[in-house]
Amino acid sequence: MYFAATIAILLTMSLALARALLGPTVFDRVLAVNMFGTKTVLLLSVIAFLYGRPDFLDLALAYALINFIGVLAVLKFVQDYTLRHQNPDTEA
Amino acid sequence: MEYVFDIASWLLLIAGGVFVFIGGVGALRMPDFYMRMHAASLTDTLGTILVLLGIALQAGLSLAAIKLAAIMVFLLLTSPTAAYALANAARLSGLAPERRIADEGGT
Repeated sequence: MYFAATIAILLTMSLALARALLGPTVFDRVLAVNMFGTKTVLLLSVIAFLYGRPDFLDLALAYALINFIGVLAVLKFVQDYTLRHQNPDTEA
Repeated sequence: MEYVFDIASWLLLIAGGVFVFIGGVGALRMPDFYMRMHAASLTDTLGTILVLLGIALQAGLSLAAIKLAAIMVFLLLTSPTAAYALANAARLSGLAPERRIADEGGT
């Protein structure tokens, strides 16, 4: 049963990767990478029980924190960049 | 009593897998950025809850359950925050939502 959940999470990760490669805007890519990171945490948790090695939960815990900080850092960078290079006539 | 926990955790894991997959399909197939974010962020939260609860039922009362609870708390705090920050950054940078129904005279 862990196996089915692992397959579903792996399929979703590949779909998120496809969106990250396709994404028309940079925000699509950030969204896909954020989703990929969350699914990585879930995958590590499931694999910890699939293989009976609870040590993997520590990795999942660390990854959850690093992923969040990374996404916020990228967003801050993109926001500053677009605000600095904003064209007045393309403003929404 | 063991069977009850087993069946409950299997159901939770299957439901979590289904929701996670729906989120992936939505993030890939939806036409607009904000719709994609809607699909991705909602199923992120619900799929996380279902999958981690399903595993925690198998773990029982142990150190692994405490770690799983910590992972769940962190994900439930950070995932909506990241979704909000992403939508905020997208809107501030001038990415307008696609209007389709509004042409009929709505808001």
